[in-house]
Amino acid sequence: MRSAEKRFRNLSNIEIERVYYPENIGDLNYERDLGAPGEFPFTRGIYPTMYRGRLWTMRQFAGFGTAEQSNARYHYLLKQGNMGLSVAFDMPTLMGYDSDDPKSRGEVGRCGVAIDSLSDMKTLFRGISLDQVSVSMTINGPAIVLFAMYLVVAERQGVKFQDLQGTLQNDILKEYIAQKEWISPPAPSLKIVNDIIRFCVESAPRYHPVSISGYHIREAGATAVQELAFTLYDGLTYVSSSIEAGLKVDDFAPRLSFFFNAHNDFFEEIAKYRAARRVWAHEMKQRFNPANPASLALRFHTQTAGCALAAQQPYNNIVRVTLQALAAVLGGTQSLHTNSLDETLALPTEEAVKIALRTQQILAHESGVIHTVDPLGGSYYVESLTNRMEAEAKAYFDKLDEMGGMVQAIERGFPQAEIHRAALAYQREVDHGDRVIVGVNGFTEPEEQRVRILKIKGGVEKKQVQRLRQRKKTRNGKAVVSALEELARAAQSNGHLVPAVMNAVRAEATVGEICDVFRKVFGEYREVASL
Amino acid sequence: MKGKAKNLLDKKLRVLVAKVGLDGHDRGVKIVARALRDAGIEVIYLGIHNTPAEIASAALQEDVDAIGLSVHSAAHMTLFGEVMKLLKKNKAQGIVVFGGGIVPDEDIDKLKTLGVKEIFTPGVPLDEIVKFVKAVPQMRQGKNRQQAQSHS
Repeated sequence: MRSAEKRFRNLSNIEIERVYYPENIGDLNYERDLGAPGEFPFTRGIYPTMYRGRLWTMRQFAGFGTAEQSNARYHYLLKQGNMGLSVAFDMPTLMGYDSDDPKSRGEVGRCGVAIDSLSDMKTLFRGISLDQVSVSMTINGPAIVLFAMYLVVAERQGVKFQDLQGTLQNDILKEYIAQKEWISPPAPSLKIVNDIIRFCVESAPRYHPVSISGYHIREAGATAVQELAFTLYDGLTYVSSSIEAGLKVDDFAPRLSFFFNAHNDFFEEIAKYRAARRVWAHEMKQRFNPANPASLALRFHTQTAGCALAAQQPYNNIVRVTLQALAAVLGGTQSLHTNSLDETLALPTEEAVKIALRTQQILAHESGVIHTVDPLGGSYYVESLTNRMEAEAKAYFDKLDEMGGMVQAIERGFPQAEIHRAALAYQREVDHGDRVIVGVNGFTEPEEQRVRILKIKGGVEKKQVQRLRQRKKTRNGKAVVSALEELARAAQSNGHLVPAVMNAVRAEATVGEICDVFRKVFGEYREVASL
Repeated sequence: MKGKAKNLLDKKLRVLVAKVGLDGHDRGVKIVARALRDAGIEVIYLGIHNTPAEIASAALQEDVDAIGLSVHSAAHMTLFGEVMKLLKKNKAQGIVVFGGGIVPDEDIDKLKTLGVKEIFTPGVPLDEIVKFVKAVPQMRQGKNRQQAQSHS
């Protein structure tokens, strides 16, 4: 350490002072800037009682191999005290290809569960009542297809749509910005998002139709400030596009939810969540002036930062995850996924997932942090940092407004370039030893601990492809063709796509076949490769 | 390829860097590509969502010395295997292939028997990757010598 020139900067490169004093938050106005928990601008939390009333939902993201294998993992997680499910799909499903597509070779069931048609989805939720267990689905480009399958499975279970509670990620903007799993260009994709929101407003009022996600933006290398700014701005973009599509803000805004990352810098993360609630409340009020206070309250899920885990000395990851999870809880999250210690090596084993879940249970039941709401409210440091995060996020908002909005900014590559720059700067700091990562560039060991990792059984791809081909033979081919034609007509005529996709799904049309209709009618999005 | 062997050390190093397969996690690959470019290496960055066939054909067209591939979807065995097969089919085994991503240790060993020269996992400093790529001409000379011997 070169102590003479040592500066104390957080992960957004904000310089931190030695001590914070009342002067640092001299112009803080309690009513305007904080408010009581459950009251505008919700800086201290969206509910008056927070975790005293109800704990956060412990929701571990899982999925691999076939629908049978993932279904078994879901039953295991529920038995261990997991309170909601969160489905991870494999790459072909995320990109809207069938398991037998040449592009899917080697990818089937690898990093998530392979779903090709309705019968896979039925298997995935076997023994799980969709009106009892809330299900979150991480799917974006083909979100409408998997959502339609989920609805039809609910229908077959005899569950009413109004009793469905769960979340569809369905956040296509952050795909162009960061995660890069897409099908069509932004305009038709936004239209599909609007159709899903409309469907939920009319038929599934307890379901969250979009989870506006900063998680992937952060994982792609963004700073906490960038994560905050781009995510909230994406949210504002969905609100304005839904209003333009004829929806009323108070009909859907209370059902929007957010999804943030919990990275290493403890206080910065807490300030980020607090600032997120305040900025959202103020911006929503100013831009759309809703009548229902629930339209102003930002609710969010958190996942600890995958990119902050190290492959070296993997047991240390348990400690990192604990700190990150604690930040999320002190920041007032509504649900939480804690990463497993082995996730830089492979998908997690059952043992590793259990430790991750137990970490949340220890925070909830042993640490005492749930006893009071917003325990860090009023801290000179945390309030000052919350103000600073807000100011920096708003500076990004001004830039994005000037560019004409997020779609235009994406087309210009603005958020992508900002994130890439931050990722590069971070890597250089680690490489130069300006930031110490234990086990990676400090306190290293010549002999590495080896941990047992999950092996996905071979033959998943072959089995899934065989099953898909079999199903294509036994279904009513004419019904599939006519449902797909009807969907194409609806897409061409700007019609409501959810009912049309549901019909195709009922006919056992596959994910790939339905997405091919979108590719044909709306075109495929391509990113220009740039450094 | 063989005729060019003696000039390998003189010409500017050319590396194709790309994501192969369906996953779009391009944070690492872009950082590596930038670091190589900043170190004076000629980088052809192909971006995301490339098939093995697209990688192999771009590598041949661009006459590169090395290919750096990134996979985060656990499809590395199939996708790297496919690229190695296509290079062999086109008699371009002399191109040094390296990679990065979430790859378990035992798969690294298997990939090396397929001919992949090195796999860099999370936490590896950029300098180490740059050093590796700068040593590619020596590796190629070695490879070409071996190939020439096996042909004689």
